[in-house]
Amino acid sequence: MFGILGRLKQSGVVGMNQRNADFILRYNKRSLYPLVDDKLRTKYLATASGIAVPELYGVIEIQHDVTRFSEMIKDHEDFVIKPAHGSGGSGICVITGRLNSRYRQNNGDLLTEEDIKYHVSNILSGLYSLGGQPDQALIEYRVKFDPLFEAVSYRGVPDIRTIVFRGIPVASMVRLPTRMSDGKANLHQGAVGAGIDMKTGRTTHAIWQNYPIEQHPDTGATISGLVIPHWHKLLTLAAQCHELAGLGYLGVDVVLDRELGPLVLELNARPGLSIQIANRRGMSRLLEKIAKLEKIPASASDRATLGQTLLTPDHL
Amino acid sequence: MRKLHLYLLAFILCLVGLGLAYYKVAVIGLPLSASEQAEVWDVEARVSFRAKPDSAIKVTLPLPLDPPGYSVLDEDFVSADYGLAIEQDNAGRIAHWAKRRAQGKQSLFYRIVLFENAEAAQKPDVAPVYPKIPEYPENLTPVIKGLLDKARQQSADTVSFSQRVIEQLNAAASMPELKLLLKHVNQTRSLAKNMGWILAGARIPSRIVRGLRLQDNKEYSDLEYFLQVYDGQQWRSLNIKDGREGLPPNFMVWQIDDDRVFSIEGAAESSVQYTVARALQETINIAGSRSAERGFHLMEFSLYSLPVHVQNVYKVLLMVPLGALMVVFMRNIIGIRTFGTFMPILIALAFRETELLWGVTLFCLIVGLGLLLRAYVEQLKLLLVPRLAAVLTMVVLLIAGVSIVMHKLGLETGLSVALFPIVIMTMTIERMSLTWEEAGPAEAFKQVSGSLLVAVIGYLAMNISEFQYMFFAFPELLLVVLAIILLLGRYSGYRLTELWRFRAFARHKP
Repeated sequence: MFGILGRLKQSGVVGMNQRNADFILRYNKRSLYPLVDDKLRTKYLATASGIAVPELYGVIEIQHDVTRFSEMIKDHEDFVIKPAHGSGGSGICVITGRLNSRYRQNNGDLLTEEDIKYHVSNILSGLYSLGGQPDQALIEYRVKFDPLFEAVSYRGVPDIRTIVFRGIPVASMVRLPTRMSDGKANLHQGAVGAGIDMKTGRTTHAIWQNYPIEQHPDTGATISGLVIPHWHKLLTLAAQCHELAGLGYLGVDVVLDRELGPLVLELNARPGLSIQIANRRGMSRLLEKIAKLEKIPASASDRATLGQTLLTPDHL
Repeated sequence: MRKLHLYLLAFILCLVGLGLAYYKVAVIGLPLSASEQAEVWDVEARVSFRAKPDSAIKVTLPLPLDPPGYSVLDEDFVSADYGLAIEQDNAGRIAHWAKRRAQGKQSLFYRIVLFENAEAAQKPDVAPVYPKIPEYPENLTPVIKGLLDKARQQSADTVSFSQRVIEQLNAAASMPELKLLLKHVNQTRSLAKNMGWILAGARIPSRIVRGLRLQDNKEYSDLEYFLQVYDGQQWRSLNIKDGREGLPPNFMVWQIDDDRVFSIEGAAESSVQYTVARALQETINIAGSRSAERGFHLMEFSLYSLPVHVQNVYKVLLMVPLGALMVVFMRNIIGIRTFGTFMPILIALAFRETELLWGVTLFCLIVGLGLLLRAYVEQLKLLLVPRLAAVLTMVVLLIAGVSIVMHKLGLETGLSVALFPIVIMTMTIERMSLTWEEAGPAEAFKQVSGSLLVAVIGYLAMNISEFQYMFFAFPELLLVVLAIILLLGRYSGYRLTELWRFRAFARHKP
């Protein structure tokens, strides 16, 4: 057991306690949490500072407005409903199209309007929000993800999670939905995580349920070696989010839309640690190094470049 | 800097906590643990009888009065609706119970708690009046005279003289000339008294001492009799069976030179039973009363000065921080996931009442049934708060149902299910079913068994009686617990479960 402990230390793996004590408590001001916990506010902030996000079709804030639902989506064939305060991808409902008077969900189920309205009511009453306080339901553009990930996704939108520390991207992984995760891109729900080489934007190792894997469990396609387009642009976008929220230790979830390019999906003030397993690389040394940096470049693009070069062996 | 501050604070908290505790142990003399306590004797006299119909009942029971070598800590009577009067005079104390009418079997109790205390003030022996020679019946006079003469020849002083008399009387069965005397004397109850009567023939002052040998878990149906003779300076005790001098060890004197005995009017099948048991809990009171005697007032401001029912609340309350420490340890050091932060403590508190095995069984039963009902309600598409309220209502009904079924099955411990915190149970059911839906049954079971494990460990920690005693007698030790919690608050190392979670690193890295 102490052998494992030693090797974890040697690999510089950040544990939950260290993440909370040394990074989140120290760099993330509590008062800024609502900015990222409320997806609606994040969206407004991002739009205001010119960061690309999926278009908002409408917001349902009170139970009475649920009746306005069909009016909101009358111009849109497909859309996503999500709680503004949802955590861990819960409460997100993706509608991919319509059939007769029903709605087709991304897992193939057909929902009636009644079902959807019940789901919205649940969101409003705070079922999916942290602490159960009343919530809002966002209805927004459904991302048509880049064909790059077609072979390694099972019904859902893969996204790219990047950890941004003091505005510098330090680690990335792409999260691929599986049958088990029910189209959601959360690792603990069964999604596959694949590490990304910061320099090249090429996928490296993959994990599923904390096990290293080579092929996607549902599609069977090889995961490693995919090159993510607009890589530097994507990292720059992630780095920009630091200014947006003011959080020192931040998780940025970006999706690649086939037409619109990288879009910021959401921000996370307490990003998970599995990204280290997906990259087979501990973050602790890099984070400590950045913590000691006296000067951080002002432009997001420079910070993205710094993040890409910091990791090279001569820097460590 | 921040770390130094924390270490300093933790150090000061430990210092204050341990210092205060040390003061209490060293100066006031509070015992450190329950096992260190001195012996306390719990003596109970139980009068039982069957009341005769239509007749008033009067019970008389002699009571001990300042038994030498013991301090009385507590004394009480359990006498239902009997009138109770206690009469005290130079000879001793007597309890009178009375009731105009009663039916069937009746029991009356007298209980005294004694603490062995050699320093207990002994009344100085008052020189008795030397008795006059009694007028013996004519046919017995020569026999007694002969007996006394023989004893006088074989003895040197009062004590040995009395011993010879006792020996002769006990051996009387084999001596034909004493048979007549024996017939007069030989009734155990009055043997001691008759010995005094015979000794008076030699003008030796004597008296009868009655009492009990204090031995754990002993029952006596009568007090034991000893004869005391006055040798000119003090009273000397003699065994009436063999004349041996001295009272047995642990002998508690109930009555001295008091002719009054247990008696009852208006009842049949009456008996008195004395029960002796060793007890330990009350000794803290000894320290309390002693410290008051010696002029320390700290004890007056301790938790022991509170009313007993409030004390019991605090006995539980003071253990909660220990449970919280367990939760911190299990979550941050071990890395076990639970539903809600302190839900396991509340479950653990409920376990105190239900006992562990039952607690776990009932918990599983209620949560399992609750989940089934919750799954049914799910179909009705209710809003969150009404749904929670509905599940809560069903949980209450479930608990009531379980109680009734358990009672009918004769499983009385099942009744304590009512002590489960129902709101917490409801939230557990709700969160578990959500986790079930979102993360699958495996994750839900993982979390619920994690909660249960932490609850069990919390219960075991909170139920260690040494800790219960320690935290109640030395509440300042909670400062030490606080210091440990603060230090754990800055622990940034790995959790035990993370060694497993990140095991891929251990395998693939050189």
